[in-house]
Amino acid sequence: MMSTVKPNYTRALDLKNGRVDMSQGSGGRAMAQLIGELFAAAFDNEFLAQGNDGATLPHASGRLVMATDSHVVSPLFFAGGDIGCLSVHGTINDVAVMGAQPLYLSAGFILEEGFPLADLKRIVESMAQAAREAGVPIVTGDTKVVEQGKGDGVFITTTGVGVMREGVQLSGDLAQPGDRILLSGSIGDHGMAILSQREGLSFSAPIVSDTAALHDLIEAMLDTGAQLRVLRDPTRGGLATTLNEIAKQSGVGMMLQESAIKVNQPVEAACEFLGLDPLYVANEGKLIAICAPGDEDKLLAAMRAHPLGREASVIGEVLNDRHGFVQMTTRLGGRRVVDWLAGEQLPRIC
Amino acid sequence: MKYIDEFRDGELAKNIAANIAREAQPGRSYRLMEFCGGHTHAISRYGIADLLPPNVRMIHGPGCPVCVLPIGRVDQAIRLAREHNVILCTYADTVRVPASDHLSLMRAKANGADVRMIYSTQDALKIARDNPGREVVFLAIGFETTTPPTAVAVKQAEAAGLKNFSILCDHVLTPAAMHAILAGDVEIDGFVGPAHVSTVIGSKPYEPFADDYHKPVVIAGFEPLDVMQAILMLVRQINDGRAAVENEFTRAVTREGNLKAQELVAEVFELRDSFEWRGLGSVPHSALKLRDRFAAFDAEQKFKVDYIAVPDNKACECAAILRGQKRPQECKIFGTVCTPDNPIGSCMVSSEGACAAHYSYGRFREAA
Repeated sequence: MMSTVKPNYTRALDLKNGRVDMSQGSGGRAMAQLIGELFAAAFDNEFLAQGNDGATLPHASGRLVMATDSHVVSPLFFAGGDIGCLSVHGTINDVAVMGAQPLYLSAGFILEEGFPLADLKRIVESMAQAAREAGVPIVTGDTKVVEQGKGDGVFITTTGVGVMREGVQLSGDLAQPGDRILLSGSIGDHGMAILSQREGLSFSAPIVSDTAALHDLIEAMLDTGAQLRVLRDPTRGGLATTLNEIAKQSGVGMMLQESAIKVNQPVEAACEFLGLDPLYVANEGKLIAICAPGDEDKLLAAMRAHPLGREASVIGEVLNDRHGFVQMTTRLGGRRVVDWLAGEQLPRIC
Repeated sequence: MKYIDEFRDGELAKNIAANIAREAQPGRSYRLMEFCGGHTHAISRYGIADLLPPNVRMIHGPGCPVCVLPIGRVDQAIRLAREHNVILCTYADTVRVPASDHLSLMRAKANGADVRMIYSTQDALKIARDNPGREVVFLAIGFETTTPPTAVAVKQAEAAGLKNFSILCDHVLTPAAMHAILAGDVEIDGFVGPAHVSTVIGSKPYEPFADDYHKPVVIAGFEPLDVMQAILMLVRQINDGRAAVENEFTRAVTREGNLKAQELVAEVFELRDSFEWRGLGSVPHSALKLRDRFAAFDAEQKFKVDYIAVPDNKACECAAILRGQKRPQECKIFGTVCTPDNPIGSCMVSSEGACAAHYSYGRFREAA
């Protein structure tokens, strides 16, 4: 006799006009469908395909590095990227600046009820592409849905695991007087791409976020054998804040040359317009390197040979200073402190 | 960047610095007050003090709009936001100015008040249009530069019949403050005159300072080379024993100023008999209020929130600093209790304020 039990049938997700609803975070069939049709399909890799609560990963030799980063950027889509690729690049960079080879990522999503599935698809595909390009798979994840009004569309937290390169020792407390400070390119691009979009400013040459994964550039830098002491990516708070953090950790001062710090023209214009200082504006694809004196040239050569370091330059020197001041020789030839950011960077009035 | 880089050129700066050093006479002291916070910021941001000989000293004046706002005025805005449940809109740094009870507009916001930072009076009008069920108050602060846009907004609100929009008017006047400073006991040999303010009022209102007080005034733009050129022009006037109003900022300032803006301001505003400034105390005819015709847009009348004067923190030297009698580092709480992250006095709030500018940019000078 023929069975009368009908096979399971689930209508495919409406990725064109559908919206996130509460059931997709409830742990039931709807959530399994969202994960299967969207996340697993896009991220597709053998570890995720294990389909368990966690991913079982191959043995790695060496010290492990782990970093995590939450992303709440608004607008979700901006010139040069979106929250998806940003969340991949950000965590890869945090692992890579430790001197480690990033191996795996996890991704946690907090979705707001009513968020268009088409936008979610765009974001997820952008993440998948960024992860593929970087060669770092997203091996496990989580999805939660919050009620409308309790989120801002989508928040993404990514965690990265990497393995330390043999013999590498990088840390914010290793800068020594005499060391050289290098910067991989122009500053302020990401922050101003976001802000100008938020404020509805448009320029003849649009400001494009610099979001990028830096691990490949860092590998090329480590390959030179230069004596690197500190690597950092100057994200929130910008170049000035990151240098102050290093100065504090290492108990040193710094002297920067304003003329060596590149600011793209539209970024400079937008900063002028909004009363901001590009030194404090976020970057998502730049790094600061501090190396022993004498090693800066070979490091610079390796950086400039890489597409993400073409505009690299030496921007200053580490000083012996018990006050820990980061100072700058201005373009005019005067001197000033480059201080920590106080509060939020608010525009000046007139 | 075009029209920016030209005024930040290091080589030109060196030339002007060399001229200042050559022409400043060794036996003489040149105490120059830059009135505006914009100049204070440029001087600190570009390290201009390093390019001047020791006998040419810059005294930071009170021309920072948030710095001269007394505690009582901020309290008034906070009361409006908390007790009258209005949407309180204002410009940038104003939200950080310390008020009574360890509050500021920013802290009031964290406690639930609806405070919004805006870039333009047009933003405030838009918020009023978008929230017809709420009262929207624009805390209107600033010197003559920001006054015309407020006048425009009031006229637009009137024309559009916008009933839920009003302003808390704290607009103040530059020449009145300069008179108040000269009436005090500050030794000043000349003024670097305002940039943006002068585009509106012109150079004419400064003539009494040259004619009656015999103080040279050079109006200068906010770029570092503007400031340096103005300093050189002041040194020359002082050397010659002259006192005239000269204009370095000819690319934007005329003797008459922006007549259209002046007419608009005169139509909407009238002089207050007196206004309390932080640092300068009550200064007669130094601020504006709405004319009776626009009383419906006056938040002070609409919500009956009176101004209550509140004394400054006893240890705070903002008053003396704003008058140019003390330097920030001479204040006991500078850099200890009072920092840009936790400002006690208003000079520590804006990067245009003398204390914040010195803290953020110039502190290394005391380190040696």
